[in-house]
Amino acid sequence: MPDGYRDGNLPYAIRAYDADTLRAALRKMYLIRKFEEGAENSYTRGLIHGTMHLSIGQEASAVASCMALSDDDKITSTHRGHGHCVAKGADLGRMFAEFFGKETGYCRGRGGSMHIADPTKGNLGANGIVGGGLPIAVGAALSAKRLGTGAVTVCFFGDGANNEGAFHEALNMAAVWKLPVVFVCENNKYGMSTSTERSTAVKNIAERAAAYAMPGVTVDGNDFSAVAEAVDAAVARARAGDGPSLVENVTYRWRGHSKSDRNRYRTKEEIADWMARDPIPAFARLLVDHGVLTDADVADIEAETEQVIADAIAFAADSADPDPADVARDVYNPAAA
Amino acid sequence: MNAVTEAVRELSYAEALREAMDIALDRDPRVVLMGEDIGVYGGAFQVTGDLVHKYGTDRVMDTPISELGGAGVAVGAALTGLRPIFEFQFSDFATLAMEQIVNQAAKLRYMLGGAVSVPLVMRFPAGSGTGAAAQHSQSLEAWLAHVPGLKVVQPTTPEDAKGLLLAALDDPDPVMIFEHKILYKMKGPVPEGHYTTPIGTAAIRRTGRDLTIVASGIMVHKALEAAREMEADGIDAEVIDLRSVRPIDRDTILGSARKTGRLMIVHEAVKTLGIGAEISAMVAESDAFDYLDSPIIRLGGAECPIPYNPELEKAAVPQVPGILSAARDLAKGRV
Ligand SMILES: Cc1ncc(C[n+]2csc(CCOP(=O)(O)OP(=O)(O)O)c2C)c(N)n1
Ligand SMILES: [Mg+2]
Repeated sequence: MPDGYRDGNLPYAIRAYDADTLRAALRKMYLIRKFEEGAENSYTRGLIHGTMHLSIGQEASAVASCMALSDDDKITSTHRGHGHCVAKGADLGRMFAEFFGKETGYCRGRGGSMHIADPTKGNLGANGIVGGGLPIAVGAALSAKRLGTGAVTVCFFGDGANNEGAFHEALNMAAVWKLPVVFVCENNKYGMSTSTERSTAVKNIAERAAAYAMPGVTVDGNDFSAVAEAVDAAVARARAGDGPSLVENVTYRWRGHSKSDRNRYRTKEEIADWMARDPIPAFARLLVDHGVLTDADVADIEAETEQVIADAIAFAADSADPDPADVARDVYNPAAA
Repeated sequence: MNAVTEAVRELSYAEALREAMDIALDRDPRVVLMGEDIGVYGGAFQVTGDLVHKYGTDRVMDTPISELGGAGVAVGAALTGLRPIFEFQFSDFATLAMEQIVNQAAKLRYMLGGAVSVPLVMRFPAGSGTGAAAQHSQSLEAWLAHVPGLKVVQPTTPEDAKGLLLAALDDPDPVMIFEHKILYKMKGPVPEGHYTTPIGTAAIRRTGRDLTIVASGIMVHKALEAAREMEADGIDAEVIDLRSVRPIDRDTILGSARKTGRLMIVHEAVKTLGIGAEISAMVAESDAFDYLDSPIIRLGGAECPIPYNPELEKAAVPQVPGILSAARDLAKGRV
């Protein structure tokens, strides 16, 4: 244990979680990073069509925001949703299979990266519509309250989404009805090319919570412990029946917005600055400093995730394509009378 | 033997819808009503009426004036175990909620490869005739019927209003119910208790030999009135109540077209690119086309928004005299 820490001063993550949980969290962050690097590489090799939105650099936000959730709790995700999906416990083989458009994918190849979902783990899905998931999350929270399931919904959205009407309508209703939902804004500074400074009237998006009479906090989204502390408190509040909260995780995406991005709106220096604040080694350092893991453990975890990714890609590549004759299957539920 | 003549119980269309919601709320704790001013106010058209007093504000929920958000909450709730019935105050306001209806409710099941269902019912008070002008009088059912993943029905009688609403609740997919505002006060016999009217079936409201009129919504009543007047000319019209826009009852329509050899379609929504075009094409693409003795006639709303002035408002949508003269031309093969 490093000097200067007394028990009460330990970082939240160290106080709140046991070693196995922390190890699993670090492993998930590596899985997300390597999953997205694998997806990027597969895209370059022509195995993935369409586009995708990588969250490399934002892994702490995804994983730390799901720490207090069980499989019964829900999340709604975004177009930049691979990390959320992994954080909520998805199988990486089925994720890759979805990206490859295969029948074994989470959406049987009908959804792709932008609609990846895993309802069995409570992930109600990524969304191709900016702000689309916000009212849906409130609806899931309404179900939980009415049906008395005790479930909490974490609603991920970007800084860009906070200027959609759906954001304001959703937060207002969640507050009026005191619903168990936590709005997690992943403020990565830009909506495509447009910075929050140029698009958003308030300095911090969390300030908007005041308009809906709910707590709002802004945290360093690359600091696993800070995110976990803020979101866990908000989840506890929701579970206790005290209503919604807004947590703003300030973070940064290293890659372009999507495959079409020519990077004309930000400087190389800015990107380099943020890359120096990589959330994964920072979290690994925290765990090593507090004696949770050794450097060798960290290296082992990283190496193991590489094998997981290789296996997942192999599973996806070996899987069957959907049958074009089934193109209109699953438009309607066959259980209809 | 003396037939026991039971007094047929009559309800208005609005009362029939309310009775359906009452039954649904009573038998299924997952059912919730959501909408603007549907609680103590009773709904803009008094369809929910006093249900809030019986079931409380947790189950008959007034939403803020937030159509997009409210519709999205209903989608999310349907996705996770509730059975919401969402009322738009006017169908026109669904334009603010198209995102959630078209991009989310309609597509979630497909996008997720069949892993989820969205058992959502939405109610849309629609149509002209109230003097409310262009933004409170539209008939947008064809918009939604164009979207795979949605089902769209248009009840025209109190009996069907109740039966289709209860069928919609049993359906695992999103069902959009277009209710014509002018019909809310119309009375008719309504069976007691729980029953369903199958989605996807048309109803032959009048059998006839000489020509087929396929009508939807309030036009069913106008077509029936025209059909009665035609009798004087010796024209025997068959009137089909479309009832379900998606899925459409192909068999009933094609069967009638084959039988009479003359087809007219009447709807209140704008004619161009409307449901009538779809039905005409459906017939033209089928063997029923060979049975036609005359070109198909379509009557629909004029190429303008619904105007305010009462005479203009009438001029903007098909009326009985127009249906009658078109039918006479059709019957004589003079189209
Ligand atoms: C309603 C809507 N408008 C625009 C887009 C196109 N679009 C996709 S992502 C995006 C930027 C969103 O920014 P933000 O919410 O900050 O998320 P980020 O991409 O930064 O993760 C835009 C404009 C869309 N998909 N949906
Ligand atoms: Mg952003």
